[in-house]
Amino acid sequence: MNKDQEQIMTTETSGQKPNTIDLVNKNLAKRYRAEKRFRFYGLASIAFGVLCLVFLFTDIIGKGHSAFLQTYVKLNVDLSAEALDISDINDPNQLAGANYQGVLKAALRERFPEVSGRRTKRKLYGTVSNGAGFEVRQMVEADPSLIGQKIDVWVHADDDIDTYYKSRAADGSGAYTGRMSEQQIGWIEALIADGAIEKRFNTTFFNAGDSREPEQAGIRGAIVGSLLTLLVTLALSFPIGVAAAVYLEEYAKKNKFTEFIEVNINNLAAVPSIIFGLLGLAIFINFFEMPRSIPLVGGFVLTLMTLPTIIISSRAAIKAVPPSIREAALGIGASKMQVILHHVLPLAMPGMLTGAIIGMAQALGETAPLLMIGMVAFIVDVPGGIADPATVLPVQIFLWSDSPERAFVERTSAAIMVLLAFLITMNALAVWLRKRLERRW
Amino acid sequence: MKKTLMIATVAATAMSAQFATAARDYISIVGSSTVYPFATVVAERFGKSTNYKTPKIESTGSGGGMKLFCQGVGISHPDITNASRRIKSSEFKMCQENGVKGIVEVLIGYDGIVIGNSSKAKQMKLTRKDIFLALAKQVPNPNGSETLVDNPYKTWKDVNPALPNTKIEVLGPPPTSGTRDAFQELALEGGCKKFDWIKAMKKKDKKQYKKICRTVREDGPYIEAGENDNLIVQKLNANKKALGIFGFSFLDQNADKIQGSMVDGKNPTFESIAEGSYPVSRPLYFYVKKDHVGTIPGMKEYLAEFTSEKAFGEEGYLSEKGMIPLGTPERAKVASDVKTLKNLAM
Repeated sequence: MNKDQEQIMTTETSGQKPNTIDLVNKNLAKRYRAEKRFRFYGLASIAFGVLCLVFLFTDIIGKGHSAFLQTYVKLNVDLSAEALDISDINDPNQLAGANYQGVLKAALRERFPEVSGRRTKRKLYGTVSNGAGFEVRQMVEADPSLIGQKIDVWVHADDDIDTYYKSRAADGSGAYTGRMSEQQIGWIEALIADGAIEKRFNTTFFNAGDSREPEQAGIRGAIVGSLLTLLVTLALSFPIGVAAAVYLEEYAKKNKFTEFIEVNINNLAAVPSIIFGLLGLAIFINFFEMPRSIPLVGGFVLTLMTLPTIIISSRAAIKAVPPSIREAALGIGASKMQVILHHVLPLAMPGMLTGAIIGMAQALGETAPLLMIGMVAFIVDVPGGIADPATVLPVQIFLWSDSPERAFVERTSAAIMVLLAFLITMNALAVWLRKRLERRW
Repeated sequence: MKKTLMIATVAATAMSAQFATAARDYISIVGSSTVYPFATVVAERFGKSTNYKTPKIESTGSGGGMKLFCQGVGISHPDITNASRRIKSSEFKMCQENGVKGIVEVLIGYDGIVIGNSSKAKQMKLTRKDIFLALAKQVPNPNGSETLVDNPYKTWKDVNPALPNTKIEVLGPPPTSGTRDAFQELALEGGCKKFDWIKAMKKKDKKQYKKICRTVREDGPYIEAGENDNLIVQKLNANKKALGIFGFSFLDQNADKIQGSMVDGKNPTFESIAEGSYPVSRPLYFYVKKDHVGTIPGMKEYLAEFTSEKAFGEEGYLSEKGMIPLGTPERAKVASDVKTLKNLAM
């Protein structure tokens, strides 16, 4: 029993009725304290959330920022017709099939003439990416006059060298040597001393599809796959969702049946997404025999998943349109359809669009249902349409996070950064739309 | 309204019909997540160096891949499935029942399973018997009688006085993983066989024998850490006392962070796995649907690429990725079997 209560008790027993204001004053300090505590709980929760976010971002950015740079090696390459093993420089077939990897190997041998023995030479050739030949090929195909010259070219370094060079401090210490031998480190240090190794902006990361060589891997394929999938999802789920919402709000009678439907829609919004994947597998792939791994099927499945979200938010938006507007329109002789099309839908549009964008953002981050329909796959070619095999951004992140190569760690984080950028843009767009178009009564 | 509905239905049917008849112009591969990092390398090189499209590879796990593979013949079914174990007779039967008659088995190489810890800690020197005693659900009674008791061991020292006095804490894959299957078969059963009276049981009661030798304890020391080997590597790096189970390629790539434990006196190195002296290694396979060779473009060429010396040979690019190649005579046999598309019989 505390002091305040004791005092109240004594005043009560003495027979005098206490003043309300006295009672309030006595408890005031306690109430202020409670108020302060209550506010503190809220603030603490927000601080905890922000702390987690800061931790997540520093971890991802700390790991991933280096993926936006790529190590290049400069080699003095002899592009003579003999070295390239071609007879006619005007024949595109010969240009395409020329021995580009060979001239790079020759350049490496020339730079390090002391290297001998098959094994050591193989190690030396591993300095440049095994896709470097394709880079030289593109260069030559763009400008055939290069043939016959001996020029300096910059090509992608192998991922081991990339990791080594990025982890190396300016004075040459602290580098991650990993799988590299003393000999290889010696070669790299010699090249660094020559100024023949440097980091550049990693355009490959944004222009290429997936690859098993980290230095050649990019997210273009996954981004295009995500966009195609979302396009299908939006094209289907928005009209269907809005039509369903309009019918349920404006036409349907309130009875057991519509209540049943309502409960089911709310229920579906909470069903784990993998179940939609199983449904998609059963309907689209097993019954309709559509191919696996294509954005069209992915879009269908994600449509099923986002429909409840869109219907619920659209219904809320339609409900928020004041009845006076409907009555006024009906009063001057508009038909029900005119009321809906001319007045209700335009006024509810910002709310419905916000719901759709949030639904799309949810769909963009989804992997589980796509697992079932085969979109968790290694696909190198950037998809050209909704019927080409494709994968999506979150799946690409999952696949890279599971790869043994060390250089994929930073690329995983970089891909997460790209996905987060997309999500932030979409959610910001939703906020902006709401602010911009919303009308208040 | 009726009209639009009809048009929609017609369009939908036409579309699905079009998908059903349209020929697939790329190879579709499913299967093991262990073979995935190797198959993808071959697929990528194949796509770059030929005019065929790059094959599509899904990582579904060995069992999931077999299920898809054996569903039937036709372009809507995958052409190849990867496996980190041999096809089971039940799976082979399922294939036959669904009309997948011609299957070509291709053995591509080996993968070592490593038990390792953080390189900041001391290297462990284990035997398969230690592993069995530390991780099996039931072990022979420590008093020496030929009975089984629930695993009583809490520290490595309890298991073997020569080992350090640290808690048994092993991070490993869950039962859905092929790595787990192989670990149970090679490491646990390998240690289990060292007890003569259990080994004798194999002839009398094979089921019981398998149950004793391949069941992992569930009372805490074995921690299921998910299918992602990178995650296990990270956790080991954070927890110096724990050991982890993962594929050899992850040791190869993270040599600064983790070290492999010796098993039966052998370090897990490329050489020891290749020559077969490191005891915990398993074969990797893929299976080809014979009926699809010829109908799907590029099948023959993909097989040739995979079984060429520059890919699965001793110095091939797959060995650079951490796959342990087959011996030379074995490779020659596999390559010739693939050329003639030798049918698998079971």
